[in-house]
Amino acid sequence: MHGLINRSLECFLSDTYGNDVWHDVVNGANLGIDKFESMLEYDDSLTYAVLDAAADRLSKSQATLLEDLGTYLVSHPRVESLRRLLRFGGGSFIEFLHSLDDLQDRAKLALPELKLPRLTLIDCENAGQYKLSCRGPYKGFGRVMLGLLRAMADDYGALVVLEDQESDQGNEDISITLVESEFSDGRAFSLAGPIGAQI
Amino acid sequence: MKSFCISPATLSRLMPMHLILAKDGKIDQFGPTAAKLHPDGKLSGLSFFDFFDVRRPVNTKCVAHILTTNGAKLHLITRDERQIALKAVAMPFEGHQGVLLNLSFGISVVDAIHAYDLNIGDFAATDLAVEMLYLLEAKSAAMSESRKLNTRLQGAKIAAEEQAYTDVLTGLKNRRAMNHVLSRFIEAGEDFGLMQVDLDYFKNVNDTLGHAAGDFVLLEVAKILTDETRDEDLVARVGGDEFVLIFHRLTDITRLNEIANRIINRMELPIPFDGLSCRISASIGTTVSNYYNSPKVDDMLKDADLALYASKHKGRACSTMFTADLARSSSLSTSLNEKGNALTDD
Repeated sequence: MHGLINRSLECFLSDTYGNDVWHDVVNGANLGIDKFESMLEYDDSLTYAVLDAAADRLSKSQATLLEDLGTYLVSHPRVESLRRLLRFGGGSFIEFLHSLDDLQDRAKLALPELKLPRLTLIDCENAGQYKLSCRGPYKGFGRVMLGLLRAMADDYGALVVLEDQESDQGNEDISITLVESEFSDGRAFSLAGPIGAQI
Repeated sequence: MKSFCISPATLSRLMPMHLILAKDGKIDQFGPTAAKLHPDGKLSGLSFFDFFDVRRPVNTKCVAHILTTNGAKLHLITRDERQIALKAVAMPFEGHQGVLLNLSFGISVVDAIHAYDLNIGDFAATDLAVEMLYLLEAKSAAMSESRKLNTRLQGAKIAAEEQAYTDVLTGLKNRRAMNHVLSRFIEAGEDFGLMQVDLDYFKNVNDTLGHAAGDFVLLEVAKILTDETRDEDLVARVGGDEFVLIFHRLTDITRLNEIANRIINRMELPIPFDGLSCRISASIGTTVSNYYNSPKVDDMLKDADLALYASKHKGRACSTMFTADLARSSSLSTSLNEKGNALTDD
């Protein structure tokens, strides 16, 4: 798995639960390294070992951890650059939702070796009802997207109801109900941002 | 072709950065993003040529000039202190004597979003400006990560080199390895012979035949030293043309002298390089661990060095075994030491 994903997981765990917990996770997962480099590629098994060890250490389900990771990726000041890149998707939450169809291609433009799931937004019959389907390559991404969407809705100031739907084909789907697009002011976003913000 | 009408609102939606100039160059109509170029948004009635400097085509001073461009790219620059560069395309249209211009920031989009505080909605959905800004920011973040990785790897490389035991050029052991082995032998009470080998006339080879020849000679020397020692012995390059040999459990002076002479004899054979013949020799000084009651690394290295100076003093290309007499004569005469230093500086 790409180092950026592993490094995000590492930063999430150490920023949220402290360095001691991260070191316990490193030991528990038998990593052999104590930090990930965001620009290197790692074997997938390392990521799953970290997730197992973290769930064990924190007595939380992996699903909960992954959802919290998604929220962290948008709301923590340390990863402000990712929030900004996501906000480039559109001026409103609904435009942002539409931009998710291109997320994989956007990521590929920035980092060709970064593999993200293919996201498809499906409009449901009722107005304001959508389904986001996440397809491969890694299981668990749907949970991360769930947390990420929650935080992005807050960022745009939209009021949404999100629900996790495990589909039969192994896709991880999320049902989205947009209650109000301008529920609160949300967080400010200006195209003119700090160039070279750090992850 | 059928002509048709288009309302200002529609035009603004399609081209938020459009301007319509009257025949006299006054701005008649403008899109919402174009309005942001003016601090108060009051472009109406302003002279286009007062607000913008048309850099290319040169000498474009009036609407009539603009009309002759026939849709070619115009290079503009704002006349205020911000001096934002813009691109534009201008075409005439039916029912109007002026001209319709569509502006774009082109490569100056980064300066422009700062200068005019622009946001996503200020660009037409078909304009790639936002994608370009996204890409710029994404690539900058990735580049910054790569730079950090490079810095860390560079640091790790330096640390690894510092910890290395090998001389990069010859593949022999280095001074660090030599110190490590000497300390280990002394600590374990192992007997050993210690030989300092210093090349003669090597500087001459380097100076007259070049560094490539010098490097080649060093490789040949490394080969000779490795050939003339056993696997359990250590051969280290400890300076440019200085080597140290440690003979494990070998303190027999006769045998050590034999080895030293064999080394010197082989070094004196001309070394062919690139059609040339490189000639060097070697001076050697030796000491053995069982000569001391409690051997110390520094003492033994100093004594082997003293014996080496004695060899240099004797006229080079020979070997000397350290003795107490040698130590005494050297401490009596500091001039020998100075002379020795001068001699090694060949």
